[in-house]
Amino acid sequence: MNDTVSWAGLAVSLLLVAAAAGISWWQRLGLQRQILIAAARALVQLLLVGVALTLVISPGRSIWWSWLWVAAMLGYAATVARRRAPEVPHLLTLALASFTAAAVVTLGVLFGLHVFPLTGRTLVPIAGMMVGNSMTATVLAGRRLTDELRDKRDEVEARLALGQPSRQAATPYVRASLRAALTPQIETTKATGLVFLPGAMTGLILAGAAPLQAVLVQAVVMFLVLAATATTTTVIALGLIRRLFTPDHRLIYLPAPADR
Amino acid sequence: MDERQLAAFEFDRVTVKRAGRRVLDEVTASVSAAGITVISGPSGAGKTTLLRLCNRLEIPHEGTVRYRGQPLDELDPLVLRRRVGMVFQRPTPFPGTVGDNLAVAHPDAGAAKMSAALNRVALDPGLLTQEARTLSGGELQRMCLARTLVTQPETLLLDEPTSALDARPKQVFETTARELAASGITIIWVTHDSDQAGRVADRIYQLRDGHLTPAAGEARP
Repeated sequence: MNDTVSWAGLAVSLLLVAAAAGISWWQRLGLQRQILIAAARALVQLLLVGVALTLVISPGRSIWWSWLWVAAMLGYAATVARRRAPEVPHLLTLALASFTAAAVVTLGVLFGLHVFPLTGRTLVPIAGMMVGNSMTATVLAGRRLTDELRDKRDEVEARLALGQPSRQAATPYVRASLRAALTPQIETTKATGLVFLPGAMTGLILAGAAPLQAVLVQAVVMFLVLAATATTTTVIALGLIRRLFTPDHRLIYLPAPADR
Repeated sequence: MDERQLAAFEFDRVTVKRAGRRVLDEVTASVSAAGITVISGPSGAGKTTLLRLCNRLEIPHEGTVRYRGQPLDELDPLVLRRRVGMVFQRPTPFPGTVGDNLAVAHPDAGAAKMSAALNRVALDPGLLTQEARTLSGGELQRMCLARTLVTQPETLLLDEPTSALDARPKQVFETTARELAASGITIIWVTHDSDQAGRVADRIYQLRDGHLTPAAGEARP
């Protein structure tokens, strides 16, 4: 088997998009247009990224282009997080800080301890997986903590009224939001290999890598995502506490969803 | 005695605005440190806001609140909140047992101190190991009072603490509060129940249209 997908192969795979659109038409879901737009948009975006990546990580290119790419990715991820949860105050700066912290922790371990060689070819995809896979948990942690503090305001203020500092008063709600945000990733990690074959491993096997080698890479990626998720959610939660309470330990007004 | 020494709280042209409305409008008043002071008034008059200012859960847009002569913004809020305890309108039990709840207020309190706090509010110390959320409404509210007492406050702010209680638990709460006042704790009690105000108050203030004024001749004899 040829290990690479040809342009003709790509064109044939569009039959699958046609199948999805066909099902929508058959069941009168009215999603045909959206399916076609989504597929076209994904293809164009991927092609653009492919061209850009070719330029950034081509042999002989300075590693600084890859670092620049990673920085841009972190910034864009922060804007996506902000857009997904506009009700969370200051999420743009907090998400940027959290993704940066996760990058320092995960890339520091993987490249600092030579798990992977530091090249553009390794740096960009690994940073991409780190950011992409911790996005949902990051947004969930921010949203859950904001909701907890708003919905349980009476309880939080009862703790403050007993003389607890804001950070201590918020601790039970920080823990609840971190548990809620981290549990899905832990469950996914548990189910890996049994319930589904993850993307990195599948891609490597399709590209012709030996299955055991693909498994090793995938295991490292799973651990990377676990650490990244734990880091981003913790930074978001602790950062939010500083923003949702005043320096004199008062909980700021948090509008209910209906008031926004 | 100097009037200033007697004042627990002094409000000096205190204004709080919310959604463009002046909830408190240049309130100037002095609340005595002796006995029970009731702040009465219709719903939405700003009684709760006034109480929250005393505990620094809110700060005024204009004016100054003083506690025993010191402006609140010059006091450490964490220290202030242990000197000035607050019991809210709705009981706010934390997860866990009654003992766990009291430990939130004072982690090193120990069983003896916790039992003493429960005794002061007419609750059986045997409840320490009971899940807080299984208590009745009246018991829960007295547990919240005991939880506040564990911090050994000089002053208690009570925000309509019996509004959700039946006659009997309401009476027990009122008796407990009178006993606490007799033991030297300053109590500021917000209520819209004028009968209750008459039963428990040493003096009554009316909060109406954002202004706080003494209501003469309504306090208990």
